[in-house]
Amino acid sequence: MERDFRLMKGNEAIAEAAIRAGADAYYGYPITPQSEIIEYLMAEKAYDRTGMVVLQAESEIAAINMVYGAAACGRRAMTSSSSPGISLKQEGISYIAGAELPCLIVNVVRGGPGLGTIQPSQSDYFQSTKGGGHGDYRLLVLAPASVQESSDFVELAFDLAFKYRNPVLILSDGVIGQMMEKVELKPQRKRLTEYENWSTTGKTPDRQRNIITSLELDAHKQELINIRIQAKYKRMQEEEVRYEKILCDDAEYMIVAFGSSARICEKAVHVARGKGIKVGLFRPITLFPYPSKPIEEMADKLKGILTVEMNAGQMVEDVRLAVNGKVKVEYFGRLGGVIPSPSEVLNALEEKIIGGK
Amino acid sequence: MEVTDIIKAENLIYKRTPLLTENILSYCPGCGHGTVHRLIMETIEEMGIQSQTIGVAPVGCSVLAYQFMDIDMQQAAHGRAPAVATGIKRVMPEKFVFTYQGDGDLAAIGTAETIHACNRGENITIIFINNGIYGMTGGQMAPTTLAGMVTSTSPYGRNTAMMGNPIKMTELVAQLPGTYYVTRQAVHTPAAVRKCKKAIRKAFENQKLNKGVSFVEVVSNCNSGWKMTPNQANIWMEENMFPFYPLGDIKVPEDSL
Repeated sequence: MERDFRLMKGNEAIAEAAIRAGADAYYGYPITPQSEIIEYLMAEKAYDRTGMVVLQAESEIAAINMVYGAAACGRRAMTSSSSPGISLKQEGISYIAGAELPCLIVNVVRGGPGLGTIQPSQSDYFQSTKGGGHGDYRLLVLAPASVQESSDFVELAFDLAFKYRNPVLILSDGVIGQMMEKVELKPQRKRLTEYENWSTTGKTPDRQRNIITSLELDAHKQELINIRIQAKYKRMQEEEVRYEKILCDDAEYMIVAFGSSARICEKAVHVARGKGIKVGLFRPITLFPYPSKPIEEMADKLKGILTVEMNAGQMVEDVRLAVNGKVKVEYFGRLGGVIPSPSEVLNALEEKIIGGK
Repeated sequence: MEVTDIIKAENLIYKRTPLLTENILSYCPGCGHGTVHRLIMETIEEMGIQSQTIGVAPVGCSVLAYQFMDIDMQQAAHGRAPAVATGIKRVMPEKFVFTYQGDGDLAAIGTAETIHACNRGENITIIFINNGIYGMTGGQMAPTTLAGMVTSTSPYGRNTAMMGNPIKMTELVAQLPGTYYVTRQAVHTPAAVRKCKKAIRKAFENQKLNKGVSFVEVVSNCNSGWKMTPNQANIWMEENMFPFYPLGDIKVPEDSL
């Protein structure tokens, strides 16, 4: 079969990948910098290509609850938004996690807090990886660093969501979403024709009624539900950790960065290597489950770790937890939608890690 | 005549629909919820659509409706049932989808979802139980609480200058092009129950026509929240609720007249 290459924005790649992944429904609401996703799905007439439902909801809140309804019917349902809109969705995401429904949520992050800026940021790391809404729950979080990964992670996200009956978040940002790159698209996958035995598709005489709920008034029963859900997260930590290591084998220093920050840091690493600095790049791909063990395994060989994040230092906490004091960990970042340059990263590495004692 | 002579099979004139489960209703004695549950389940049984029906019950007294209705059901967040129902109906347009919502849910926190599902003309049935009070949380003021009505958050009566006015959601949604059939019913007398059942049946039958939302408000009592006996509550409802929320059809499809 002929390979299918395109030049696309990250957001468009997510939309095209959703059609090709056999998504059943997209429900969304416009917000910069991610509106290309629904615009693309509408322009492409996704509903004619595969029968996929594409609906512009009256709000982010309605959109995530439409996802709840469709996901509870065993369908591959998704929504997308950017930071302020994702905050609005948190109630629904908590219900989806509590009811153990599979779905895909895309956050093309912009700078906050509040209405903030429409420029790219990674300031939703805590919200994405530590819960976000109320109650003890986690999302499985995939952080693409390219348009190619934006595309590839859509099908993966749906499959992981169904594997664990848990919402999966693709944590993109304004850089990845808006930049154009070459992307190889996957072939069209069929939409589901059979649905999970827990889904609400109408009670037939051969089975008990299916109930989708996150309510359990009995505290002891609710505790058991929580224990079961936590066991699922533990299984994710054992089976789903994904990361990439670049020039880490002989590294004395290591930069840890995800998403668009990792792209910038990769450039900084090559410049540093040119200056004779033995530095590598560790790029977490899953932010939950976090690659704590692989980072810990590196700690003994390193003289220092720098995390680079487009936020005030959020992921640095997870890196410090991972190495548990074995090696110095510092943070460098820019805030509010400002993108750090490779030379700023290199300066930070030299000042905070190599020069610093 | 002995009791055993009376309860013979040949004397049976009415029985519980098997679509109501044997779980004991969690509603207060005298409440209208149980009656409306029965009417919906009888309708689904009579139409033979148990295997094609998905119900949505959001937060409120009826959040546990899935314990009583023997159909596939989804529990929804407070106010979000019309959005959840939209999500279901769009991926399964051939199924029957209904929401079962209280007044706080439908007319306060879920106003946007209600208005927009109605405006889009989703082919769903909305059952709206209006008792003018937040029953589950213990009798607080609802969007539909009457002027002057005493609740735990309007202990000196609803002061409309301070607390706003009761909202007539049913008249409001009737204005939208996406609603096909809009009616207001009650279940406090046998005659009202029979009328209400006809309305619910119509509201489900309409889903086959793909012409938009069928919206059935049921003005109901909340004797616990109103601090009355069930009988007092029904009388109070007739004297106070019905003048403001008059019973009857508000929007009837022209092609069915």
